Amino acid sequence: MNQADKPRVHISAQFNAELEGVRNDLMTMGGLVESQIEHAIEAALDGDSARAENAIELDLEVNELERSIDEQCTRILVLRQPAAGDLRLVLATIKVTNDLERIGDEAVKISRQAIELSEGGALESASARVRELAVSVNSLLKDSLDSFARLQVNEAATIILRDDDIDEAYTAAKTWLTSEIQAHPETLEASLAYLGILKSLERVADHAVNIAEQVIFLTRGVDVRHLDTLVVRDLVS
Amino acid sequence: MTEDVAVNEGRSEPEEGTRNSPAIKITDLSLGYRDNPEALIDISLAIPERSVTAIIGASGCGKSTLLRCLNRMNDLIDGVNYEGQILFGSENILSPRTNVTALRRQIGMVFQKPNPFPKSIFENVAYGLKLSGIKSRRIIEELVEQALRSAALWDEVKDRLDDSALKLSQGQQQRLVIARAIALEPKVLLLDEPASSLDPISTLRIEELIYELKHSLTIIIVTHNMQQAARVSDFTAFMNGGRLIEFGPTEDVFTFPKSRETEDYITGRYG
Repeated sequence: MNQADKPRVHISAQFNAELEGVRNDLMTMGGLVESQIEHAIEAALDGDSARAENAIELDLEVNELERSIDEQCTRILVLRQPAAGDLRLVLATIKVTNDLERIGDEAVKISRQAIELSEGGALESASARVRELAVSVNSLLKDSLDSFARLQVNEAATIILRDDDIDEAYTAAKTWLTSEIQAHPETLEASLAYLGILKSLERVADHAVNIAEQVIFLTRGVDVRHLDTLVVRDLVS
Repeated sequence: MTEDVAVNEGRSEPEEGTRNSPAIKITDLSLGYRDNPEALIDISLAIPERSVTAIIGASGCGKSTLLRCLNRMNDLIDGVNYEGQILFGSENILSPRTNVTALRRQIGMVFQKPNPFPKSIFENVAYGLKLSGIKSRRIIEELVEQALRSAALWDEVKDRLDDSALKLSQGQQQRLVIARAIALEPKVLLLDEPASSLDPISTLRIEELIYELKHSLTIIIVTHNMQQAARVSDFTAFMNGGRLIEFGPTEDVFTFPKSRETEDYITGRYG
């Protein structure tokens, strides 16, 4: 699909409506997951357990949307036998839905750790480290969802490249926390909670990358999964 | 290949044995006749041998006209004129010196509606063999059986070879017509909507037959049924308004067409 052109409509208005429906639901799901992650991060950093509960509650809606979108995609595959851009949209949607649901699960995990920390033991220095990574991951996720909504292939490629920095930041934070545990064994329990949060954030970034890869598949028809980041840059430039 | 054709070189490796030298090489082919001076415009296309090439496109796009050029069926149209070249081996099909009868033995054709002769099943297949000069009854019987087996019809008709062909079902008649064509051992088989008048089961039998036959000959199929084109062909050519818009491996044309026009057609969109 040439992204400069607006997609033309199907002769079958019903098919058009079905594809639009799936797309809209996917966008809704993306929005929900984004706010789930925001709630979870804020809860972890500010000790606001009410926000953590919010994030956990939203997961029910996210799970329900996953089921519904999968069902709609199955229906389109069976009844419409889509081809070309339509086929790629349905295939990418199934994959992205899966990633969004996993991001929701990570938000729940972060929220649970946040509730634990809010009951005592929050560590300011560890919190600062988490904040650093959380800011990058949050913006990566946001940009990834935007690139999907707008089908921006270059932005999607940038996300795949940005993940390398996040992996580095994660490793550095993990090393720092491990040495903190050795230096202050009394903080073990809280530190483990922070380690869990860091791990979850790193996973969220990986899922954001998966979504970006689907944007490239959708717009360019190339599968860039498991490729070197430089190859990805070449492919889309 | 003319410049404005989207050549879908694709990323997928075609099935083994399909990346062959061309069976037919069309160069700058244009065709017009009195009612339609631009029926085909500047078409260049190399059809890989021993594989299935599907030609798709809306009604009136020129796909059947293109198919009919390949065995000179368009000669029957009043006031037809060709430009360009269609190479079959070293021979230019469009040359006035071409022996059209001999050509059609090499490039057989099957139409939308099965058209068996009002004769017995056996005679339908034997007819062409006799015409080609084979006299021995034994050899003819062998070749008839072989053709009927290749057309996946033998088991259904072996006990009633003397029955009239017209007693067969539509699907069986179509396979009989294919048997009649392949009995002459053509190098190329042209199929013009071969399954569009058949029920789904007979259609699947024809598709299965196409799959079997491509190991020994080159098949070019014109079809309105895009799912069928996707299922049976190795390569797909998309035509619009007398022009070839895109050509490439079927898998790539159907998952990532290079041309916007192809995309719109196969996804059922309009501008």
